[in-house]
Amino acid sequence: LSKKVQAIYMWWHRPVIDRELLQSLPNLKVIANSGVGMDHLDLKLISSFGVKMANVPRAVSTSTADAGMALLLASARRLVEVHHIAISSNVDYCEADILGVKVSGATLGIVGMGRIGYKIALRAKAFEMKILYHNRTRRKAQEEQAVGATYCEKIDSLLQQSDFVMVVVSLTPQTRNLIGKRELELMKPTAILINISRGAVVDQEALAMALQTGVIGAAALDVTCPEPLPRLDHPLLKLKNVIITPHLGIKTDKTNYMITEEAVENILAALNGLPMPSEVLPS
Amino acid sequence: RGIRVGYTPDVLTDATAELSVALLLSACRRLPEAAEQVKSGGWTTWKPLWMCGYGLSDSTVGIIGLGRIGQAVARRLKPFGVKKFLYTGSGPKPESAAEFGAEFVPLMRLAEESDFVVVTCALTPATQGMCNKDFFSRMKKTSVFVNTSRGTVVNQEDLYEALSQGWIAAAGLDVTTPEPLPTDHPLLSLKNCVILPHIGSATYATRSTMAVLAANNLLSGLRGEPMPHELKL
Repeated sequence: LSKKVQAIYMWWHRPVIDRELLQSLPNLKVIANSGVGMDHLDLKLISSFGVKMANVPRAVSTSTADAGMALLLASARRLVEVHHIAISSNVDYCEADILGVKVSGATLGIVGMGRIGYKIALRAKAFEMKILYHNRTRRKAQEEQAVGATYCEKIDSLLQQSDFVMVVVSLTPQTRNLIGKRELELMKPTAILINISRGAVVDQEALAMALQTGVIGAAALDVTCPEPLPRLDHPLLKLKNVIITPHLGIKTDKTNYMITEEAVENILAALNGLPMPSEVLPS
Repeated sequence: RGIRVGYTPDVLTDATAELSVALLLSACRRLPEAAEQVKSGGWTTWKPLWMCGYGLSDSTVGIIGLGRIGQAVARRLKPFGVKKFLYTGSGPKPESAAEFGAEFVPLMRLAEESDFVVVTCALTPATQGMCNKDFFSRMKKTSVFVNTSRGTVVNQEDLYEALSQGWIAAAGLDVTTPEPLPTDHPLLSLKNCVILPHIGSATYATRSTMAVLAANNLLSGLRGEPMPHELKL
């Protein structure tokens, strides 16, 4: 059977792709991942076996951008906290306790202006947000103008000016702990951090400390390290000003289909020796 | 008795539109439900269909009441990939609708064709109890209903039936009858109903502006001068 396997379609992190597996599948030609992040795969190892790799950037971008905006808005208006107050029988509150912040006219700093980051900018523009972005490379002028985004070559300047910081980078050795104590201290004390990239891009301990001591105002995380986050006594789960969602980025009815379609497209291209729509090369 | 009435229109349009979209996204992506699973231990190993919600891409959005707030909501939803906007109300508003290519339709057609229904109309004798069994029974099983207008526009018993029987997928309410809802109200027990205690305009900036405007209305009224925003009775 192992000689017959030519393609692997991964769901979440299964199967685990290690040397043993690769050695046991001599005719494996391609591995397609059911997401866009490839940080769980050893790209160099896989490539050394002559196996091609693909992700599905087109399929995931819209639902992930939507999830990012959902978290931005929910954290601005303290939605989860206030919903909980509304449905609980034993919580007393007054009007001043449940005020949030306005999104219109606020500054959004997008860290990582790739496909998903750009879709977030498009959505934020409709809310009349001022948009800053930081990226490895600058986007074309027309692209910047279309969303009214200003490039920040240094992340520091973005962090200092933003009311909302949205982290949308891929996880690489360079972006691990990109947002740590230093970066959090550069942010405004009222600022809100939203992470929809990977848990390891943010230093979670530093974040918990920053939230506890009022260094930043609030946070919303769709990704954590690890996933799931251990429930008992985790500092982030005890804070009122944190929303944590269980990696909902791609969780819509249609996205599942689109992911499979894009993965299959890549697999068929690889098996037929054709250029793959979203091949991932080891950097 | 010759008592003058001041009010605070316009200044809360943005905040209320933002809250309407926040509520729509929270309901269709199941944010409070999922956040609760993170705390309660429901979040375990990854499963492809767990906590799946609905996307806005290629959807039809129906706005009941295309006034200032309704238009502001439509404007914010457009870049999410909405394919079509429908609206209903006392009459067509071609100038307002043009920006979104929105089509004026009867209420029931809006119910039948919309993936997302957002209620942003004023409460009048015509709109009282308008969203009832007849309305909900025509909506799609996958649809999401959001009300940020007034509680009594919706028949709450019928909404409860719609949500618990799966006639619609989810709802988000910023307004109820009464406010607050009694703590044992059945709507509060539904996982697919996000309820907020009327925070449409609840931002620091907006409430400050409203307070100043209300104070100016009051002072002008007391001095017998024209008010910044007087309600003509």
